[in-house]
Amino acid sequence: MHELGIAMEIADLASERAGEAHVRRVVVEVGRLTAVLPDALAFAWDAAIEGSRLEGCALEIVQIAGRGKCRACGAEQELTMPFGRCTCGTTDLELIAGEDLRIRELEVS
Amino acid sequence: MCATCGCDSVAEHHHHDDHDHAHDHGHHHHHDHEHLDPEEHAALHRRIRVEQDLLAKNGQLAERNRGWLAGRGVTAFNLVSSPGAGKTTLLERTIRDLAGRREVVVIEGDQATARDAERIRATGARALQINTGTGCHLDATMVAKALPELDPPKGSLVMIENVGNLVCPALFDLGERAKVLLASVTEGDDKPLKYPHMFRAASLVLLSKVDLLPYVPFDRARFVAAVAEVNPRARVLGISATTGEGLPAWIGWLDDHGGPT
Repeated sequence: MHELGIAMEIADLASERAGEAHVRRVVVEVGRLTAVLPDALAFAWDAAIEGSRLEGCALEIVQIAGRGKCRACGAEQELTMPFGRCTCGTTDLELIAGEDLRIRELEVS
Repeated sequence: MCATCGCDSVAEHHHHDDHDHAHDHGHHHHHDHEHLDPEEHAALHRRIRVEQDLLAKNGQLAERNRGWLAGRGVTAFNLVSSPGAGKTTLLERTIRDLAGRREVVVIEGDQATARDAERIRATGARALQINTGTGCHLDATMVAKALPELDPPKGSLVMIENVGNLVCPALFDLGERAKVLLASVTEGDDKPLKYPHMFRAASLVLLSKVDLLPYVPFDRARFVAAVAEVNPRARVLGISATTGEGLPAWIGWLDDHGGPT
């Protein structure tokens, strides 16, 4: 359950960036190839903000598709797991998208 | 009515997001203007672009740990596995095999008890126990606190035994030179496919307890193929801390990657 630690990090960063403003919504990007489960993160979020000044703040999780690039022939493909096989036969893929884990924006009032 | 802010005003007013979008009515959207109507004001939301990596803080601390270690001529390895794969037993054996040649100091991560640190200290090596409580992994902050306390001498190896867990530790850089993953033959030979993040993050995969191969339905070739599928750059070594099989190759790997003594 590293998602709880990540949810707490999101809450800390959001509070820091919002300053005095009231945070209504936090938009985070979670890549499909990172070891973070959106459902677990959403669950952890409620626990992380309970009783804090962020209580009631919505968490919007935007999933980012995974992409791999073959180190042998350069071909790219979409990935749903952090590995795969290129049409040229190799499994040596560089993950070029989908490992994201970041706060995109805050909505404050 | 304005579809963006919901106000009844037909007057020209501006809404502003940080993107350009097409409007089907004759005014711009501007979110930091003053509204006269208090209710309308309550509905006013401002967006703050953040674009901040959630693991950046841990990553910066891990880099600092790496610098601290490099400054002292010390190399750290991050040992990861599921619980019971044999990390502590391998460390006990490694400390003995390197005795007189290279000092090994150990950071032990467990949710509870100091048992593993006591086992390491019984070999004569320095060890520090970190209890993570309900935490499922070590992070760079914990290691940053442990390092000065352990005070590893020049040329030594810091072996960080992570919490037994094949998921969470994959995300957290501790400042190590490499992650070494242990998987035992009593686990399934399809483990690399089930826990790809961790196998992907490892530079070396140690297949442990190979002395038990005759007694368990573990297909070594299938395991090696599964590692190659997930992480073709990882090396796989079969070892047994009980019989000593494969340990010279493991010690050789440590010498190759551990820097000068």
